[in-house]
Amino acid sequence: MKPDSFTHSQWYAIGRIGDFEGANAKPVRLLSQDLTVNNSAGVLSVADAEGRSLQSQIRYGHLWTTLSDNPRPLYDMPEFDEPDRRLVTAGGVGVRCSGLRCVENFLDMAHFPFVHTDILGVEDHSTVENYDVSMDADKDEIWATKCKFFQPLASAAATGGQMTEYKYRVPHPYSTILYKTCPIRENVWDLVGLFIQPVEEDECIVHSFILVFDEDNTDTGLLHFQQNIFLQDRMILENQVPRKLPLDPRWELPTRADASSIAYRRWLKANELQWGIALFDKAA
Amino acid sequence: MIQLHDYPLSGNCFKVRFLMDQLDLDYQSTLVDFYPGYEHKSPRFLKINPLGQLPVIEDNGQTIRDAQAILVYLATAYDTSGTWFPRDRQGEIYQWLAFADELTGSISAARLHDAMFYSLDVAKARARGTKLLRIVDEHLWFTEKDGHDWLVPLPHPTIADVACLPYIALAEEGGIDLAPYPSVARWMERFMRLEKFKPMPGMMPLEMPKETP
Repeated sequence: MKPDSFTHSQWYAIGRIGDFEGANAKPVRLLSQDLTVNNSAGVLSVADAEGRSLQSQIRYGHLWTTLSDNPRPLYDMPEFDEPDRRLVTAGGVGVRCSGLRCVENFLDMAHFPFVHTDILGVEDHSTVENYDVSMDADKDEIWATKCKFFQPLASAAATGGQMTEYKYRVPHPYSTILYKTCPIRENVWDLVGLFIQPVEEDECIVHSFILVFDEDNTDTGLLHFQQNIFLQDRMILENQVPRKLPLDPRWELPTRADASSIAYRRWLKANELQWGIALFDKAA
Repeated sequence: MIQLHDYPLSGNCFKVRFLMDQLDLDYQSTLVDFYPGYEHKSPRFLKINPLGQLPVIEDNGQTIRDAQAILVYLATAYDTSGTWFPRDRQGEIYQWLAFADELTGSISAARLHDAMFYSLDVAKARARGTKLLRIVDEHLWFTEKDGHDWLVPLPHPTIADVACLPYIALAEEGGIDLAPYPSVARWMERFMRLEKFKPMPGMMPLEMPKETP
């Protein structure tokens, strides 16, 4: 299937800047197309299989490109300009499912006690309290706010259990960012996010980052905390059936705890997104 | 105190952590940025292990590399019960330690290819892994038939089980289906119910009631 216009018009992260060091040309795959990242004396450029040059930019620690000549602007994250924050990029991880499924899993709090047991949740505190979901119509993005969850080890800097407050943001069909209570500073948010590179309709590479205030952990410590969590998710994601995201309500039934996912699916439908979507199959 | 050069997502490091927990040993992990930093290939780390592999331990002035060698070292030096590496079964145990190396070269390789983009022939790695799973499943089927639970037929697990468990339990992360191997599934479940077992990401321990009414 050819990507629909909503999918086609986006910017996509295709690697960390450092991933393209040391080679003149590196193949990457995006939206079922083979692309090449060329490195000419440290200047990166992207070309498609016919050698046509694509637009690219470096932002948020990653190289971004687009198949579109007239892409939607890449969303803003002003927190990247704040002093004292530490950025750790975790490197791409391959996952055999639609990148849309990865966004949805990231928005889901109900799985914390069962998949991230004793880290992001405990089985005795499995309730997802009501939270608010809203659309920012100006920016065309989704926000889930006032999310609260009991977490025994909310981040690498946490020293014990805490009621963690979350906000989730979905500014892009393949990106999502979590804003969570910083365990060591008042009134600021730590950021954790996914930039997903859709490789095929049912296959993706997940680039993730954390942007936090943390004075104690090494970069490797922060990295391993993040990788541990994501590899726990990967196992669940690869066992979901179908591998593409089903939008038909006859296939998967949401509950109140899935309010953010309901909004996400509605938003994808409203934008007529089709690439990466499973069509309802009566036999399944 | 024992120093472990450690990567939380390495099955070979898991083995060493598991045995140290079983033996109640104090240890300190030095985290190595295996991916995406490839720190185990850095000049600094190659001085510790010229093979550029994890895990490595440092203990009493000795530096020991290779997961299987470390299991032998720890069991010999610290296992007062004598059950993890019993003297009279060492031939059988070594056979499974070598088998564990084959698992690293096949299933672990497929997993690194799929998740972290290691460049290798993944079809060949999966085919080899599948062959090894058939061998271990058949072995465990006969072992169970004789009333035994572990790779080496003794009333308790040995380092043979510790060495083979992680990459078998992580096979699906490398695109190898575990469903055709029921004896392997039962053996994994028994292993994951051992005291102090802590699953690593990618291992799916089934929560079973500890006692049936």
